Amino acid sequence: MSVIQPLVTMKGRKDGLVLVMDETCAYRDLVHELKVKLTENTNLYKDGPIISVKVQVGNRYISTEQREQLRDIIHAFERLKVDEIQSNVMSLEEIAQKQKQERIIRMARIIRSGQVLSVEGDLLLIGDVNPGGKVSASGNIYILGALRGIASAGLANDGKGAVIVASLMMPTQLKIGQVISRNEYSAVEEMKEDHLLECAYLDEKIGKIVIDRLHTALKKQNLSLTLNKLLD
Amino acid sequence: MGEAIVVTSGKGGVGKTTTSANIGTVLALQGKKVCLVDTDIGLRNLDVVMGLENRIIYDLVDVAQGRCKLNQALVKDKRFECLSMLPAAQTTDKTAVKPAEMKKMVDELKADFDYVIIDCPAGIERGFRNAVAGADHAIVVTTPEISSVRDADRIIGLLEQEEQVTPPRLIINRIRQHLLKSGDMLEIDEIMNILAIDLLGIVVDDDRVISSSNKGEPIALDPNSRASQAYRNIGRRILGETVPLMVLDEKGGFFHRMKALLGMR
Repeated sequence: MSVIQPLVTMKGRKDGLVLVMDETCAYRDLVHELKVKLTENTNLYKDGPIISVKVQVGNRYISTEQREQLRDIIHAFERLKVDEIQSNVMSLEEIAQKQKQERIIRMARIIRSGQVLSVEGDLLLIGDVNPGGKVSASGNIYILGALRGIASAGLANDGKGAVIVASLMMPTQLKIGQVISRNEYSAVEEMKEDHLLECAYLDEKIGKIVIDRLHTALKKQNLSLTLNKLLD
Repeated sequence: MGEAIVVTSGKGGVGKTTTSANIGTVLALQGKKVCLVDTDIGLRNLDVVMGLENRIIYDLVDVAQGRCKLNQALVKDKRFECLSMLPAAQTTDKTAVKPAEMKKMVDELKADFDYVIIDCPAGIERGFRNAVAGADHAIVVTTPEISSVRDADRIIGLLEQEEQVTPPRLIINRIRQHLLKSGDMLEIDEIMNILAIDLLGIVVDDDRVISSSNKGEPIALDPNSRASQAYRNIGRRILGETVPLMVLDEKGGFFHRMKALLGMR
């Protein structure tokens, strides 16, 4: 007599709940069993603190809509919150998208007033960005030249870790993720200050953009990771 | 076959028309056949600066719309045999001419003249596109002010997109030495750092430029003025000579030199 393996296994951990799902059954059955299992165990999370939930679907591809559906089912229970849905499978499109985000676009030109350069991925610009010019990237921005215009990095979903590095950092405006900072110096003064090899990053503790000397910035753990990507 | 040079700036009032008139004059002084073309339709000034306003019979729009032949519209300068001008119309606006028509006219002029100097209107719209359509080379005029440098930068960006135009060259106009010295004006090096194009010349601010414009006599005709010397240098550089930049920090006057000797400065 064979033992029927449950399609959804619930595991309690210190940091929350893990739902391990069967890889081979039909998705429909999975959804059904998930609803049943969650309803059966309602008393476990009727009250008390909010429990974070990790969903592991293993070697099963789940589309964005399916992700949403799973999320909705779990969120129907008040105290449950989905932390992440892990899958070992990615579609080719997603991979292409990811590769796009990770590549470095190299370019050698001057971005003059009124010109806009915007790329998917990281931007390595050899040349200046003049006042009135704008560069933007979904990832990081590295400028071998003077940044006098506007730079906006980290336009992708999780852009908070993006950095903007310039040989000469005299921007009119910087934007990392959704945070904007502007230069308060007067225009004449700004051209005379000496700002060599500086790096701008988002300090999440204060929620502001910080400009630092590059080597000082390098000492911060998460930034050195970002910057090391350049060397790979 | 001559070459066509457009004089442009983006911003108004930096001295495009004065520069066009003077470059035309100095090239004519060197014996070149020069035609000045005013493309500022509706706001023409070049004829006034050249003192040729009362000789205009036909204009650029008449040529474009086929009301006259090109050489009928050309106005001969009263001082130089080899200098002519194609005036703009005053009664209509920039949309009266298309860039393609403009290019055709300039190409026709290039066959007869060594240099065709095109005076561009302010702005980046139709008038600018008309002026640039037929040009082989470009001269960007700026003054040492931030707003003017910004606009020059914008214009250089637009000129770089025009494939038939060689990389533009820069003239820094209206340099006031006392402001440079007190640090209230952008320095030439700073301007060059931002714009990063070749410098064709620098022209100091000279009150006589205004009075000579009012008289319809380009300042380049007066050999004693420093602005005139600057324009003559620019003319020689256009002809391919290597001329050093003018020394700005020159203090004239006997007393100044005496004071300097005695260490009173």
